[in-house]
Amino acid sequence: MATTLTVNGTSHEVDLPDEVPLLWALRDALNLTGTKFGCGVAACGACTVHIDGEAVRSCQVPVGDVWGEVTTIEGLGTPDALHRLQQAWVDHQVAQCGYCQSGQIMQAAALLAETPNPTDDDIDSAMNGNLCRCGTYPRIRAAIKSAAQGA
Amino acid sequence: MSRFGKIARRTFLFGAVAVAGGAAFGAWYVTRPAPNPLKPGEGEASLNAFVLIDGEGVTLVAPRAEMGQGTMTTWAALIAEEMDLAWEDVRVIHGPPAQAYYNSALMGEGQTHKGYDASAFQHSLGEMMGVMGKVFSMQVTGGSTAMKDGYERMRVTGAAAREMLKTAAAKRLNVGVVELRTENGAVIAPDGTSIPYTDLAAEAAEVEPPRIELRERSEWRLLGTSLPRVDMLGKSTGTAQFGIDTRLPGMRFAAVRRSPTRGGMKRYDAFEAGRMPGVEKVVDLGDGLAVIATNTWLAQQAVDAIEVEWDPAPYPESTEAMVAAVEAAFDTEPDSVLRDDGNPDRLPAGATAVEAEYRVPFLAHATMEPMNATAWFDGQHLRLWCGNQGPTFLRDACAAEAGVDPSEVEVNVTLMGGGFGRRGEFDYAVVATKVAKAMPGTPVNVTWSREEDMTHDYYRPPAIARITGAVADGAPVAFDARVASPSIAAQALKRWVGFAPGGPDKGIVDGIYNQPYGIPNYRIAGHKADVVPPLGFWRSVGASFNGFFHECFMDELAHAAGADPLEMRLKLTRDEWLPAFYALEAVRDMSGWTGKTEEGVGRGLAMVYSFGTPTAMVIEVRDVDGAVRLTDAWIAADPGVALDPSIIEAQLTGAMAYGLSAAIGEEITFAGGVVDQKNFPDYEPLRMAQMPRTQVTILENQERLNGIGEVGTPPAAPALANALFDLTGKRVRELPLNKAFDFYT
Repeated sequence: MATTLTVNGTSHEVDLPDEVPLLWALRDALNLTGTKFGCGVAACGACTVHIDGEAVRSCQVPVGDVWGEVTTIEGLGTPDALHRLQQAWVDHQVAQCGYCQSGQIMQAAALLAETPNPTDDDIDSAMNGNLCRCGTYPRIRAAIKSAAQGA
Repeated sequence: MSRFGKIARRTFLFGAVAVAGGAAFGAWYVTRPAPNPLKPGEGEASLNAFVLIDGEGVTLVAPRAEMGQGTMTTWAALIAEEMDLAWEDVRVIHGPPAQAYYNSALMGEGQTHKGYDASAFQHSLGEMMGVMGKVFSMQVTGGSTAMKDGYERMRVTGAAAREMLKTAAAKRLNVGVVELRTENGAVIAPDGTSIPYTDLAAEAAEVEPPRIELRERSEWRLLGTSLPRVDMLGKSTGTAQFGIDTRLPGMRFAAVRRSPTRGGMKRYDAFEAGRMPGVEKVVDLGDGLAVIATNTWLAQQAVDAIEVEWDPAPYPESTEAMVAAVEAAFDTEPDSVLRDDGNPDRLPAGATAVEAEYRVPFLAHATMEPMNATAWFDGQHLRLWCGNQGPTFLRDACAAEAGVDPSEVEVNVTLMGGGFGRRGEFDYAVVATKVAKAMPGTPVNVTWSREEDMTHDYYRPPAIARITGAVADGAPVAFDARVASPSIAAQALKRWVGFAPGGPDKGIVDGIYNQPYGIPNYRIAGHKADVVPPLGFWRSVGASFNGFFHECFMDELAHAAGADPLEMRLKLTRDEWLPAFYALEAVRDMSGWTGKTEEGVGRGLAMVYSFGTPTAMVIEVRDVDGAVRLTDAWIAADPGVALDPSIIEAQLTGAMAYGLSAAIGEEITFAGGVVDQKNFPDYEPLRMAQMPRTQVTILENQERLNGIGEVGTPPAAPALANALFDLTGKRVRELPLNKAFDFYT
C-alpha cells in the first residue's frame, strides 16, 4: 500500500491505502500541516496545493492518483525566503484568523503563473472557490495585484 | 429563598452573576490580587502575570483568544508601549488559563443603561461589577471587550514593569530613579550606558511595584499606529500552529460522530468499523462514537460506517415548531422593557401609522477550522491543545470529565481558525478528553468533520420583531417594538459557571433598545421564548438581529415620512448623541450620498450602536443582468480610541462580510430534530466575487474606548436590505435575502 510522493522536491514513502486523500497524507503522515482541512468536499479551497503547478483541492485527490510533483505552502516559500505572494500577504497584512490563507496563496500562485497581470474579474473568478470567513477578500485582491506588479 | 436569590431574580443575567460573586465570596476575596500563574524557570524572571523575561528577551502574555481579530498584537502593544520595548523584539504568548487573566470588562456589560448615555457613576459601577469576573476566573474573549478591559490595565502593567526595572537599575548604579530613562528594552543611565532588561530582570522581580503615571497619548510610539501583526508571518507561510495542527510523539487521530439529535444512542454495531484500515479503537461516548486511527481520514471512514440508531431530539423536531414557540412568546408578559419614552400608545394628531413584522433564522458559526482538540491523559494529568475563548471554564469542564482536579489539567491555547463566539464553548475539548481517556498515555487529535461541526453548533437563535411606529411632519414620532427570541445567556451561563439566575435577558433587545435616536415616543419590550436547541453567542449576539429590525424599520419610517433616510437620522441623532451624528455624516461624505440613485443602482443606509461603538454603513447594489451585485460599501465607526487603524479597518470590513454572508444566504433549519445543512454547499458563505469594494473611516469623537470586533456585523443586513428596497421597491423583512432576490455569484 506504500505510495511514493514527491512533495516540495523531496521523495516520501507513504504507507496508506490508495484512496486516502492527498490532504490527509500531507497532514497526518508527513506532518505538513500548512495545508488545511476545511470541508472535505472541495467547497472551501483551504486544502489547495499544486500538482505540477496546477492548483488542486487535495481533499479530492487520492494518494494513489497523484500524477506529478506536489508543492505545498511550505514549499512555496519559507519565513526566511518568502515567495513574492507571501511577501505581499505580509505587506498588506492580509490574514485575520489565517486558516484559509495557505489555500488562498496557493490558488493565487497558480493564477499568477497563468495570468501574470490579472484584472479584478480574473482575480474574482480564480479565487471564488476559496472561502474566507473573516472577509479578508479586499486585502487578498490588493496583495495579488501588488505581487503581480512586482513581478 | 435567600436575599441573594431575590436580588438575582430581579437582576439582568450577567449582573446577577456579579451579585452572586459578591454575595458568595465577600469583598476581601474580590479585591485581593490574583496569584501570578507564570512559573519562571531557571534564568527567567516574571515581573507580573503579563511580563516574562529571560536571557533572550521579553515575552508578553496576551491571554485572549486570537481568532483573527488581532487581539494578540494590540494587547501586547499596550504593554510594550509603556515598557519601551522595540516592536520587532516583542514575543507574545497566550499563557496558561488563570484567574489573573480574568476579563474585567465583561460583567459590567450586564448593566441596562443604554451605554451612550451612561453617567460617570454607572461607569464606576460597571468597573466594580467587572471585578466580579475575577471571582469566577472569567477568562473570556467575547463581547468586544478585550481592548476595553486591557486599555488601562495593560498600560499600567507595562509601566509598573518599566519602573521596577528602573528601580533595580538605580540600586545597582547607586543613582536616583529620576535620572534614568528607558528605550528599546533597556534602561539608560545618566552617562548613556545601556543596561538591557534581560540583565536586570532577576533584580527587578524583587522590587515592589512603585506608583506610576500613564503616558499622555501624544507620547505614544506604538499605539495609534498600524503595527505589523505578530501572527502575520506564520499565517502567510503555513507555519502558524492552529489547534488542528497539533502534532505530538506517538499521536493518534480520531473522528467523532455524535447524535445529530443531540440526544443519546439506542444501539450501534461497530464490528466492521473496528477492523477497517488504520483503526485502533472504537470509543463509546454515550451520546455518540469516536474512532481512533492512524489517520484522520481513515478514522472518519470508519466512524461513518458504524450503524447507529439515535434517540429522538430533546427539543421540537422542526423549525416550524421552534418558530411557533418564538411567536408564542409575544403572548407572554415582557421579559424586559428597557426603553419607555413618552407614550407610544397614543398617536399624536395627524400622525400616520406604520406597522411591520421582521424575522431572522437560526445561524451557524461555520468557522473555517472545524472544531477540534488534542488531549493526552495518563490517568492523572490531562494535557490539552486547542483554540478556545474561555480556557478556565474549559479546564474545569475537562477536569470533571477526566475525574481529576483542575490543577492536574494543562491547557495550551493555540491560534484559532475563526471563533465568532463558537469557541466560547468547550464541548469539543470535553469530547477529546473522553476519547483520550479510552487510550491512556497516547495523545489523540480529535477533529470534527465539517458535517459534524455544522450539525453540532450552538446556534444563533431565530428572532421575530413586531414593530409599530408613526410619522408626522416628515419625522418619526413613535417607535414601539416587541422582540421575541430565546435567551442565549441563560444557556451559556449555565454551561460556563454552572448556574443561570432567572433574571431578564438584555441580550434579547440589545441593539434595539439602546439606539441613539431622539424619538419622543419610544418603547422596546423583550419577550423570552422557550425554545431549547443548543444556542450560543454569534458575532454581535442580539445586535445581529436587532440591528436589522431597527434599521430596516427606520428606513420604512423615512419613506412613510417622505424624508431622506440619512437626513432623517442626522436630525434624530444630533441632539441625542453626537458621535452617532458624526458617523452618519462621515458615510454621507464618503459615499457622496445624495438620496438619489440612477436606474439599476440602489443604496441603503444603516447605523447601529453596539458594544459602545456607533457604526454607520452605506451599501450600493447594482442590477447585473437580473442579478444583484454588491459593488461598494462605506463604513464609518467611532471606537473612541483607534489603537491600531489597520486592524480596526480589517475588523470592520470583515465583520461586515460576516453580516452580509448571513444576510444573503445563511440559514439553519431542522427536520426530525436534525440540522438540514451539512456542509458549505448547503450553507453558502460570501465569496470573493460577491465582496464589495470597501472604504472605512475611523472616528474618535467619543470620550471612552469601546468595542470594534463585532460592530461591523449589525448594520450589514439592514444596509443591504434597504439598498435592495431602493433598487427594486420590494421591502423584504425576512432573512436570508436570497429567498427573495437573485444574487450575483
